[in-house]
Amino acid sequence: MSTPVAADVIVVGGGIMGAATAFFLRQRGVKVVLLERGLVGQQASGTNFGNVRRQGRFLPQVPLANRSRGIWGRLNELLGEDAEFIATGHVRVCFRDEEVGGLEAHAAAVREYGLDLEILSGNALRDRFPFLAPGAVAGSFSPLDGHANPRLAAPAFGRAALRAGATVVENADVVGIEKTGDDFLVETVGAGSYRAPVVQISAGVWGGVLSARFGEPVPIVARGPQMGVTEPMPYRITPVVGVYSSVPEEGIYFRQVKRGNIVWGGGWRGPALPDIQRAYVDPMNTLRQLPMLRRVAPALGALRTIRTWSGIEGYLPDDIPIMGPSGKVPGLFYAFGFCGHGFQLGPGVGDVMAELIATGTTSTPIAPFSITRFATP
Amino acid sequence: MGRFVRLAETDRPPVSLEIDGTMVTALAGDTVQVAILTNGFALRESEFGDGLRAGFCLMAACQDCWVWTVEGERLRGCSTEVAAGMRIVTKGSTWQIEPS
Amino acid sequence: MADRTVLIVGAGPAGTRAAERVAAAGLRPVVVDEAAANGGQIYRRQPAGFRRPAQTLYGFESGKAVAVHGAFAALGDRIDYRPLTLVWHLWESEAHLLTGTTASRQQYDALILATGATDRIMPLPGWTLPGVFSLGAAQIALKAQGCAIGSRVVLLGTGPLLPLVAYQYARAGATVAAVLDTSTLGAAIRALPALAARPGMLAKGLYYTAWLLKAGIPFHRGITPTAIEGTDGVAAIRYRTADGIERQVACDAIGLGYGLRSETQLADLARCDFAFDAVARQWLPATDADGRTSTPGVYLAGDGARILGADAAEIAGKLAACAALQDLGIAVPDAEMAAYRAALAPMDRFRVGLDTAYPWPAHFAAGLPDTAVVCRCECITAGDIRDVAREKGAPEVNRAKAFSRLGMGRCQGRMCGAAGAEVLADALGVRLEEVGRLRGQGPVKPLPLATGIAP
Ligand SMILES: Cc1cc2nc3c(=O)[nH]c(=O)nc-3n(C[C@H](O)[C@H](O)[C@H](O)COP(=O)(O)OP(=O)(O)OC[C@H]3O[C@@H](n4cnc5c(N)ncnc54)[C@H](O)[C@@H]3O)c2cc1C
Ligand SMILES: Cc1cc2nc3c(=O)[nH]c(=O)nc-3n(C[C@H](O)[C@H](O)[C@H](O)COP(=O)(O)OP(=O)(O)OC[C@H]3O[C@@H](n4cnc5c(N)ncnc54)[C@H](O)[C@@H]3O)c2cc1C
Repeated sequence: MSTPVAADVIVVGGGIMGAATAFFLRQRGVKVVLLERGLVGQQASGTNFGNVRRQGRFLPQVPLANRSRGIWGRLNELLGEDAEFIATGHVRVCFRDEEVGGLEAHAAAVREYGLDLEILSGNALRDRFPFLAPGAVAGSFSPLDGHANPRLAAPAFGRAALRAGATVVENADVVGIEKTGDDFLVETVGAGSYRAPVVQISAGVWGGVLSARFGEPVPIVARGPQMGVTEPMPYRITPVVGVYSSVPEEGIYFRQVKRGNIVWGGGWRGPALPDIQRAYVDPMNTLRQLPMLRRVAPALGALRTIRTWSGIEGYLPDDIPIMGPSGKVPGLFYAFGFCGHGFQLGPGVGDVMAELIATGTTSTPIAPFSITRFATP
Repeated sequence: MGRFVRLAETDRPPVSLEIDGTMVTALAGDTVQVAILTNGFALRESEFGDGLRAGFCLMAACQDCWVWTVEGERLRGCSTEVAAGMRIVTKGSTWQIEPS
Repeated sequence: MADRTVLIVGAGPAGTRAAERVAAAGLRPVVVDEAAANGGQIYRRQPAGFRRPAQTLYGFESGKAVAVHGAFAALGDRIDYRPLTLVWHLWESEAHLLTGTTASRQQYDALILATGATDRIMPLPGWTLPGVFSLGAAQIALKAQGCAIGSRVVLLGTGPLLPLVAYQYARAGATVAAVLDTSTLGAAIRALPALAARPGMLAKGLYYTAWLLKAGIPFHRGITPTAIEGTDGVAAIRYRTADGIERQVACDAIGLGYGLRSETQLADLARCDFAFDAVARQWLPATDADGRTSTPGVYLAGDGARILGADAAEIAGKLAACAALQDLGIAVPDAEMAAYRAALAPMDRFRVGLDTAYPWPAHFAAGLPDTAVVCRCECITAGDIRDVAREKGAPEVNRAKAFSRLGMGRCQGRMCGAAGAEVLADALGVRLEEVGRLRGQGPVKPLPLATGIAP
């Protein structure tokens, strides 16, 4: 067997988390190898809805989301490629009077974190967003949020990391990680072996299999959010729209891309099969989403859907990710299980993890995401 | 005057419809595509600015013949039978985003 | 046993004969077709109120057309026929149906997919101009609507449909400005031994060609099309002759096609295994000789499995029905199935012959200028595909789709899939099979957002 390739850091998993971490590690001059089982950004990071949304998040996550939003704003110059991020604004609308209070309370809470939301209701709401159904009672508008193209963002990070000197290995399925002495030895199928004193596991839903090998199992489950897209229409719906509701099935969201297609998701989740790396759309879910879309924007009823898809995402019971150092093994770091809202966070997670790995600390608080919250005594 | 040329079955009853604001005559049993292309030269504009389209496969596979009605509905030209009083638009779209 | 549901998708020759065979076993199959009438492509019916006789519509094939239509009509109530109904998805032994804007589900114990084929297209600059239609479209305009696609028509491409449509057009009184065939006489001669497997078919092909020559219709073989000219519509076609001379023919319509491609989306949604078919240069669902796929209970018949033509489709329909019945535990005579298998054997040899005689011009993909549109739905050019291959390292078609939007449009890659894969393989310098195939995604055709679930 050939000698393992040596590096400072090995990043396992080339979704947006791993690719961004590799890129930002190179910005700090760290010698990094990125190992991806398939192609960079092919899983959740390449199949998601594309929402770059901060409002509606778990409050302690807002600083990380803010940091990420800052990077989204200069992503193209940073990467030298266009990931189609546009700050269109994001509006959360509700259809019940009793839900307005929730929107207002959230707006007040995130203001403490520097995120300013505008609460609109009645005619003011419809004047601003004329496509909304008359039943929309109130909306919370986040003007600097927006959307980007998930098919492009993570691969763009991967290529930028490569150009910046990272070793990016695709079709490298990591089957073994072992700590021997100061170094981790990482074995792949088909792409050789690697050695480094630091390893980051950013393997999406598959991260749980790897953390368990280090005695840190987590209750992660795979699910597939259900997506769809219409034929291209004249560009008339600018913000990303999401429904705020206590009924999960009503939680539809959609956005129109500049080319004209309207992408949507939400409500139901479908079967995701990590073992074969596939997630499917149950056609019943699509059919149930349609009235929810019409409920928010009746004009969508004139259109046709031309494609549906899903992706495999890892969810934890408390709906927040695992991020930070291992509680057990020095040199081991985690960033996985982003519970359906990691696309927006990706650039920020990469930046924070690179900072943490390179300096031992980070200026953005991530303590709530520690894997130790699942530790069994 | 139009793109398609009728060679047979011309003794069917006429059907009146409106295309881009002008009343025209088609024949009962025509598809919407035939009704338009025997009275004109294109069905629609490409969404991406590369000019006019007149459909392609005529067998409901290519989806290149969707047209708008004045009422904001969409019809697949090759597989929808023409009906009297239809009001078709071949330029731009009639998609209204405001709820009526 | 009679409570077992056999669902047949497609009411063309394959679906018709499958339904007949299933009904003969005492079951009442559900037959779904998105078209308004049965008949499928070759035996497509004209709308009510049209009066041309079968002989005019179907020529040499009129006897068979009448027989297939008659067989379907005779089934009457012994089948549950649902016209104007699209199967838009398959999920856990249920077909998702759409009639108008009403969605419903149909459970099945066996599913026979007889979904037919569409034209196989190699783009060329200008092919999105109004007036350019598929070769099949040219035939449908005439057969189902009594129209020619223009007043000066060029038929371009290759395959048995090319001389046939030219003949049908000329016979119906259309002006055929030229027939431009990319295949050569040499290839046709090389294919003769295999084509002789079906002497009748060969004779018909020769008859159409001879008729066209006698009628003085320009028929050029071995040509290479270079571009379609025009601004708001087709004005001319430019091509190179076999001797390399640049030529131009004025016309206002073009029928374009290079044989057929199987309609395999539903087999993909049924999660059937696919294998690369070197003859078709297409990934096709893998089947056994009887039409069984890798998914238990799912069968393929007709052009949707392999392009063998209408006669073979009828036999394959019966054979797939027998296989389905057998797997449901209903006795089927071995001799019957053996006879169908034997009848299909020469058809497959003929298929290889057809491909030798009328080869798909894969090499045109390399010659497409960067500005040529390949995906007409999304307006994706050959240059866009080369760019994602070379700059972004897309090693296979799904990645190329993700980066470039190739095949992401309304048609789900039906029109651009074959050529797009060739352009990608050429740009990467790999064999076609290495770039894989576009994964199927529901809905197989656009689904209205106004759709409601049937109560
Ligand atoms: C359908 C869908 C819609 C979503 N919508 C949004 C949204 O609108 N906004 C938002 O913010 N978030 C959204 N999300 C969530 C977001 O996509 C994810 O949180 C984010 O992409 C996670 O990135 P990741 O890098 O952790 O995971 P992934 O993208 O899944 O990457 C993990 C990678 O690790 C690789 N890997 C796994 N095991 C190994 C191994 N052993 N060896 C080598 N490599 C390995 C995998 O191949 C994979 O590429 C959505 C998710 C889905 C599925
Ligand atoms: C335009 C065209 C013209 C042709 N002309 C000739 C000719 O002149 N001579 C000749 O020998 N061969 C011709 N062929 C080849 C011909 O298709 C076959 O010989 C024969 O029709 C194949 O029969 P089939 O039953 O397999 O499929 P088809 O006859 O194509 O029937 C398939 C049926 O399935 C239905 N269908 C498909 N998908 C769905 C779905 N998702 N939901 C519901 N219904 C569905 C279609 O509406 C169609 O009616 C032609 C092919 C085409 C495409």
